[in-house]
Amino acid sequence: MQSNTNNTEFNSETLALVNLIINRYPQGKQKSAILPVLHIAQAENNGWLSAETMDYVASLLEIQPIEVYEVASFYSMFNLQPVGNCMIEVCQTGPCWLKGSEEILAHFEKRLGIKPGETTPDGKFSLKTVECLAACGNAPVIQVGTEYHEKITIEKADKLLNKWQAENKCSHTNPYL
Amino acid sequence: MAKQILLNNIDVPGLASYEVYRKLGGYSSVEKTLKNYTPDEVTAEVKKSGLRGRGGAGFPAGMKWGFIDKSTDNPRYFVCNFDESEPGTFKDRHIGQLNPHQLIEGMILGSYALGARTSYIYIRGELFYVLQIIEKAIDEAYRNGFLGENILGSGYSLDLHCHPGAGAYICGEETALIESLEGKRGNPRIKPPFPAIIGLYNCPTVVNNVETIANLPWIMNNGADAYAAIGIGNSKGTKLISACGHINKPGIYEIELGLPVEEFIYSDEYCGGILNGKKLKAVVAGGSSVPVLPAELILRTANGEPRLMSYESLSDGGFQSGTMLGSGGFIVMDETTCIVKNLLTFSRFYHHESCGQCSPCREGTGWIEKILHRIESGKGSMKDIDLLADIAKHIEGNTICPLGDAAAWPVASAIRHFREEFEDHIKLQRCPLSK
Repeated sequence: MQSNTNNTEFNSETLALVNLIINRYPQGKQKSAILPVLHIAQAENNGWLSAETMDYVASLLEIQPIEVYEVASFYSMFNLQPVGNCMIEVCQTGPCWLKGSEEILAHFEKRLGIKPGETTPDGKFSLKTVECLAACGNAPVIQVGTEYHEKITIEKADKLLNKWQAENKCSHTNPYL
Repeated sequence: MAKQILLNNIDVPGLASYEVYRKLGGYSSVEKTLKNYTPDEVTAEVKKSGLRGRGGAGFPAGMKWGFIDKSTDNPRYFVCNFDESEPGTFKDRHIGQLNPHQLIEGMILGSYALGARTSYIYIRGELFYVLQIIEKAIDEAYRNGFLGENILGSGYSLDLHCHPGAGAYICGEETALIESLEGKRGNPRIKPPFPAIIGLYNCPTVVNNVETIANLPWIMNNGADAYAAIGIGNSKGTKLISACGHINKPGIYEIELGLPVEEFIYSDEYCGGILNGKKLKAVVAGGSSVPVLPAELILRTANGEPRLMSYESLSDGGFQSGTMLGSGGFIVMDETTCIVKNLLTFSRFYHHESCGQCSPCREGTGWIEKILHRIESGKGSMKDIDLLADIAKHIEGNTICPLGDAAAWPVASAIRHFREEFEDHIKLQRCPLSK
């Protein structure tokens, strides 16, 4: 479910993973771990980065909160507003457009009753348009969490959507696990 | 002749595992190189092979390595650019997903040549599932003594890590990638200094594309001369071409450089011709950034010579009548395709991906998208066409990094070769090709 609560503190298992990642960079260069740690933090915070979550990441990396905000706001995979439980990302760049991505997007809009950037009232789904996912040979392509779904047709989109609805799909899982 | 270097084992089940890769001769180049070659000899070999950067720019890889500053005790870094995001390009994912050890083997060779003790694979964040595959392969390489302390008793030690991006095409530009790897926004740096002098953490750094690095094991196993014997002119070796759009067989093909474009498009060995028997209208041959060419100019040069898949032949005629090999992202459009609408999707992409540092790019890409949207939706005026060309001209060459050029070239070339189609949109006040 869509949630505005902040689950900022990582558990010990996640903290161990974060430390492992920080140790991949030279002494004193722990800021390098910001993108991987933000990915983890976003997954743990229902798919978005609240100010509290970013402040927590800053404390873990021993940097200023502003250094996290300016990075989080630059990269398109980070959501700075709450999102639905399952975020469907539809590629709209040339190669996917050539193979019918507009029809696929329109179909998701119709089925979910929302436009890109919006979340269904029950908080279950969000829709987002994205730029090239580098899978153009199997266009049109959509992404849900770490999953790519390729050669999407209307029928395939329906099947996936029905499945996700039935299983109450969550696209925000720790990408390292 | 195809599939000889990069994809020869790609269909072998379980290739991503160490056992299968090793049984097929994997990591033999590391054994040979650490025993028989000094780091500078590896660089010399790569120089001699004529291998050029496969990310798009085509800069000679060995020469890039040669610029690295080895005069100080500062650490040196070797970084793999796996930020594959150029529309139409999906070749690196293929290697990372199916043959990660080939990339790791190449990383060891490059790191050894440059004297790097820690190396990174920067992979776009959307491809986390590929990052997981590569991390598993890295673990296997550590367990089998090809990474870590004192590799094969040579005295050379190397740590290798994956680093995810988070959705920013600009981080494929090497100095933006370095900034991103340092934990910052992906704003490209002003050059010089080049990364070979001041790169990651202000240390000498080389950034190479996945495919470039994946060629290294073969070159060290078979020698620079054998590599240089493949290909044509200054286009040595093979190239992965990722073909998409209106063709019967989209996919990733390893071609010997020099293959005729016509054969690539129409032969059943490659693209298998145009989908549904339609006619070819246009091709973007090297990723969305390179100039689009109409059918007659992609198949033959302005002089009537058959166009070949090589750096030189594709750029024959300059931007007047030629294009670029670029990243090998080969986008095919049939006769029903609206050039304006396709361009609009590209221009929206560049507007979205501009980092915002340089005004010509930050503002210009937005203007271009807006004007193209106006024309495509039937509200354009004739002067909009010249306005587009003018904006593109003022972006090109006026930005810190090549994203500005990449945004400008598709616009300039579409107008150059398909001006009538823009005019038709304006005259009819609608898209003449929309259904």
